[in-house]
Amino acid sequence: MNKESNKYTFLFSTVMVLVVAVVLTIVSTGLQPRQNENIENEKRQNILRSVKINVTRDASREAFNTYITRQFIVNTSGEEIPGDAFAIDPGKEIKKAPGERRLPVFIARVNGETKYILPVRGAGLWGPLWGYISLNEDKNTIFGAVFDHKGETPGLGAEITRDDFQSRFDGKTLFDGETLVSIRVEKGGKATGTHEVDAISGGTITSKGVEAMLKNSLTSYEPFLKSLP
Amino acid sequence: MKILTAKNRQLLLGPLNKNNAILVQILGICSALAVTAKMEPALVMGLSVTAVTALASLILSSLRDAIPTRVRIIVQLVVVSALVIIIDQLLKAFAYDVSKQLSVFVGLIITNCIIMGRVEAFALANKPWPSLLDGAGNGIGYAIVLLVIAFFRELLGSGTLFGARVIPRALYNWGYADNGLMILPPMALILAGVIIWIHRARNKELIEQ
Repeated sequence: MNKESNKYTFLFSTVMVLVVAVVLTIVSTGLQPRQNENIENEKRQNILRSVKINVTRDASREAFNTYITRQFIVNTSGEEIPGDAFAIDPGKEIKKAPGERRLPVFIARVNGETKYILPVRGAGLWGPLWGYISLNEDKNTIFGAVFDHKGETPGLGAEITRDDFQSRFDGKTLFDGETLVSIRVEKGGKATGTHEVDAISGGTITSKGVEAMLKNSLTSYEPFLKSLP
Repeated sequence: MKILTAKNRQLLLGPLNKNNAILVQILGICSALAVTAKMEPALVMGLSVTAVTALASLILSSLRDAIPTRVRIIVQLVVVSALVIIIDQLLKAFAYDVSKQLSVFVGLIITNCIIMGRVEAFALANKPWPSLLDGAGNGIGYAIVLLVIAFFRELLGSGTLFGARVIPRALYNWGYADNGLMILPPMALILAGVIIWIHRARNKELIEQ
């Protein structure tokens, strides 16, 4: 057959695309379970890091089952609703109308104390931010915070994943009396109060993104946080 | 048949030095800037690009008599992107942390000029074995430059190599500070320029008149 004819070109293209499609499908399906396990284990690892338990990704499943005593979902009125808390994607929930949001809560038992772990979700300079905030039994004082990001600038905004930024949140409180003030991220070392932390120099937009993320995400949890344990 | 004739050895080793894709042909610069802040992603990126150029050259060279000329660029794209997707999936499954760091750049391997350049310029006109060597040689040449740039950026920018601390903590107490500029892409461009400068100074025949 003439190699340059239209018929041959079409035939060649069709066969090539089919072969490539089959190969990619096999690779993708074959590796899917392993990839999902990586993603889930990383999530477990982050949840545990928010209560100051550092484990490797491979060990996170076991540690998660040890420390996380209970996980459930609440709605924006603070009432418990049925479902699998771990499977919820907070990125999708934050886009829903407030009344329809399903909010996961993880309860950890660390050194004999109960900690509430809440996922938070927001946006930085280049893409999504997310993280986990753990609260003491008073549902007010922050015990630990973990943040991660999709593509903030390395060395600047990406510093939110570092311990020295995350540890600035320890011991801060969310409520001022009955009002949820959340945590403000202040520029230039001015942070003094119990509701403020210092921003990352050079990472202002990411830092402000963290502030907005906390405010928005925690506002949904407000009725739950105000309810008695 | 000898496996490595003088000509074939030249195909494999030439790109490591006098025919280097980054240093001499100034191809693949964009990704060299992006992934060289740390050694580990640079190494993985270098290996991934080597695998893709070598395999793409091999596959396309084997098909070269069957590929219709009018759609050859599309065929190249399909083969290269399929290989890139496979590498991306493998990294996600087996090197999850690295795949997170490289994130978008793995998908952008396909836009690396070296790959399409070698396929179009060499593989479609040569036999599979020389094409494989040529692809691998260019990929390794790319990887070496990436590693050299990453070495200086990580050492001076973070004080570590492959994540392990090299510059001792004590030095920081005496007032030493990491150079934050090293972590940002412009410094990679400057380092690449310096490497090209040294490289040309040592290889006079590369200097343009």
